[in-house]
Amino acid sequence: MNAPADIHAWLAEQQYKELLRFITCGSVDDGKSTLIGRLLYETKQIFDDQLAALESDSRRHGTQGQKIDYALLVDGLSAEREQGITIDVAYRFFASEKRKFIVADTPGHEQYTRNMVTGASTADAALLLVDARKGVLTQTRRHSYLAKLMGIRHVVLTVTKMDLVDYDRSAFDAVVADYRSFAEQIGIGDWHAIPVSGLNGDNVVRTSKTMPWYSGPALLDHLDTVPLDADADVSRPFRLPVQWVNRPTQNFRGFAGQIASGTISPNAEIRVLPSGRLTRIDRIVTADGDLKKAVAGQSVTITLADEVDCSRGDVIVAAGDPPQAADQFEATIVWMAEDELLPGRGYWMKLGTQTVTATVQHPKYEINVNTLEHLAAQTLGLNGIGVAEIATDRDIVFEAYDDSRELGGFILIDKLTNATVACGMIHFALRRSLNIHRQHLDVSRETHAQLKGQRPAVLWFTGLSGAGKSTIANLVEKRLVARGRHTFLLDGDNVRHGLNRDLGFTEADRIENIRRVGEVARLMTDAGLIVLTAFISPFRAEREMVRKMLPDGEFIEVFVDTPLEDAEKRDVKGLYAKARAGELQNFTGIDSPYETPESPEIHIDTMAMSADQAADLIVQELDKRR
Amino acid sequence: MQQLTHLDRLEAESIHIMRETVAEAVKPVMLYSIGKDSAVMLHLAKKAFFPAPLPFPLLHVDTTWKFRDMYALRDKVAAEPGVELLVYKNPEAIERGINPFDHGPLHTDMWKTEGLKQALDKYAFDAAFGGARRDEEKSRAKERIFSFRDRNHRWDPKRQRPELWSLYNVRKNRGESMRVFPLSNWTELDVWQYVLREQIEIVPLYFAAERPTIERDGLILMVDDGRMRLEAGETVVSRKVRFRTLGCYPLSGAIESDAVTVEDIVAEMLASTTSERQGRAIDRDAGAASMEKKKQEGYF
Repeated sequence: MNAPADIHAWLAEQQYKELLRFITCGSVDDGKSTLIGRLLYETKQIFDDQLAALESDSRRHGTQGQKIDYALLVDGLSAEREQGITIDVAYRFFASEKRKFIVADTPGHEQYTRNMVTGASTADAALLLVDARKGVLTQTRRHSYLAKLMGIRHVVLTVTKMDLVDYDRSAFDAVVADYRSFAEQIGIGDWHAIPVSGLNGDNVVRTSKTMPWYSGPALLDHLDTVPLDADADVSRPFRLPVQWVNRPTQNFRGFAGQIASGTISPNAEIRVLPSGRLTRIDRIVTADGDLKKAVAGQSVTITLADEVDCSRGDVIVAAGDPPQAADQFEATIVWMAEDELLPGRGYWMKLGTQTVTATVQHPKYEINVNTLEHLAAQTLGLNGIGVAEIATDRDIVFEAYDDSRELGGFILIDKLTNATVACGMIHFALRRSLNIHRQHLDVSRETHAQLKGQRPAVLWFTGLSGAGKSTIANLVEKRLVARGRHTFLLDGDNVRHGLNRDLGFTEADRIENIRRVGEVARLMTDAGLIVLTAFISPFRAEREMVRKMLPDGEFIEVFVDTPLEDAEKRDVKGLYAKARAGELQNFTGIDSPYETPESPEIHIDTMAMSADQAADLIVQELDKRR
Repeated sequence: MQQLTHLDRLEAESIHIMRETVAEAVKPVMLYSIGKDSAVMLHLAKKAFFPAPLPFPLLHVDTTWKFRDMYALRDKVAAEPGVELLVYKNPEAIERGINPFDHGPLHTDMWKTEGLKQALDKYAFDAAFGGARRDEEKSRAKERIFSFRDRNHRWDPKRQRPELWSLYNVRKNRGESMRVFPLSNWTELDVWQYVLREQIEIVPLYFAAERPTIERDGLILMVDDGRMRLEAGETVVSRKVRFRTLGCYPLSGAIESDAVTVEDIVAEMLASTTSERQGRAIDRDAGAASMEKKKQEGYF
């Protein structure tokens, strides 16, 4: 491309380009790098100095002999170039006369699922590469399935290396026929096939005389006409997830966010969810003056006609067509972390601008991405895809992912490491909490408590094995009973002989152990009792889970704080010795972590006080709470 | 209905990223390097939070070797109402008189990488906006928009968090931080088009003018002040030049040009055959992996 004769006219035209995001699926063997290299080169995205660097890299690490190895252009990190692997999603940019393109380029190796899902999440279309000599392969099916799963509506079936089959029509037709039946099977309605040669540039930017039997557009021309998701979003009902409240003075209160769908104008009737308050749009405020109208995709600041409660995480929606709010869902989950999913554990869930705690049930099934079979599964490992039920700790505003990526897609974050461990797509809300009515009880928990003349509570002792939890809990219970309190002590070892006999010591089992103990403790507080529990309960997330089961103020976390070396020195039950010898697995403090409470209600430093002193302190604290 | 153009969409995405950072970070800051990308980023920030003033300060990690025109624009921006500018200079680099002539790669390491880390630690910033774009360089192409850094500000390319949809995981533990790149998906051409559309003020050095220059190691360098050391045989020649990227003046290569407007610059760019980082001596230190290595050490 040379500089246009009239730069002013050219620039004016460039102002009105559209933006299309697409993902490329396929491996280096399919000619992907060559094709991308060709697209970048022909649209003048590779400069001479980059080409020179590429030539020198090709000689050093390349696999194409004396030819330029375009894969090296795509594999950005030196770690990758040296090892000849690609570890991540890379984004590339080029433009036609009509559109700017953002390409998510993902490598085709075993980490493929995670990378492709990431790249596909923002893509309008998928460029699916098939080698003309090999035809539709298992990986073609896998890529198509993942594209469909992530909501990509348009597939460009790019049949590559046509030069190696002498531009033979029957090779192309065979691929197309094969793909047609598969696309129908998984429900890809909108796809178009193009025969190309990346190496020679046939049908990439210009249609080629080598394939007169192909009457369709060249690849770039086709990419110029693929429908944009953004256009579909505009015609859906108005949704604005509130990101940030703009309050520079007492007189201005603006709600800032990016419009997920629909259009909005001043005076339009809206609802603030989840509260449901009804009001009108007052102004759409920008630095360049107020707008008369704003559409999906724009980042705006709006003000409302009435002073209603609205903050980050709320969603401003069309009054007449609001989305649902719920706290239980069915969703497809793609697991992206080395540590597998722990059913029952609390993860942060981020959906739109809402962040809540969510727990995932055991998957209903896992999906084999190669055969699309449903497999029984207890959990999901790295790159596992499954369908499971999810519960959140409060209502969230959502839509089905098929309708809205913005309000139907979510990520899960590990609460300890803060890593993004999964993504998910909501199918629908489960109305189970509405369908299963709890038995109404005439004798209430208040009645039980009054009869016993006490306020129920759970004293939750946590600490390392051998820290002194059971010893201190015993002393506390004796003192309470002596004062006429009604109590019950749930001890770790005893519970494991009965109620939790079926559970082992894996992370998942330890979580279930604590969940059950929490539920039993809650029932006992309903009966009016003061419950003492003595469990290592090493994970912060599970202790918080129990806290949330109980009414405010009834969960009292007692951290029995003994340094590991002292607990190990005491080793009353001889367990540390066994763990050190490798006879016990998953032993807290040795090969399994203990997450120290951040702000326990009561902190017992066993190095600074005796068990009796500790018991006195706890009874005093309990008295203060009556 | 008027459709959103690609510039509208890039603008909306950048604003979304900035608001998300401000909503979730404890103490954000915007790295301000005075170049065109910084200018665009600052302009977007003003739009994102209008009518409120910027909810974070700007931070200039100074090397004392920038062009005089850059300092002039920086001070003008700092004087705007609602803008708070912090300037940080690594005291050790001042004391040791670190300069681009005697100290080679140490100059960038001490002033920029170390200076930046010291400044972020000093003010306890937990999120820092940077104007880097993915089209600039290979390792940038693989970096997240929200780039997690450990307690030592290090970037680990193999442990990046997956980034899906427009959902950004901003969670971190105390002492850890985020580098945030709102312009990740912009290209050099997008930036120029936006500068033109929004009439954003940029340093005059981007436009061609007669300037005192020398030629060294294949680069045209500008003699911006008396500190420029001339080597034997070098003579100062007036050339009509401009800069595609700006940094420390003894390290920034100029190109000969007649472009005096943004339109001219774009026209030249379209006809050009070299990338914009080509004029930067700083990228050449360690061959192909230069930027990746710097980033792992804590550079932007």
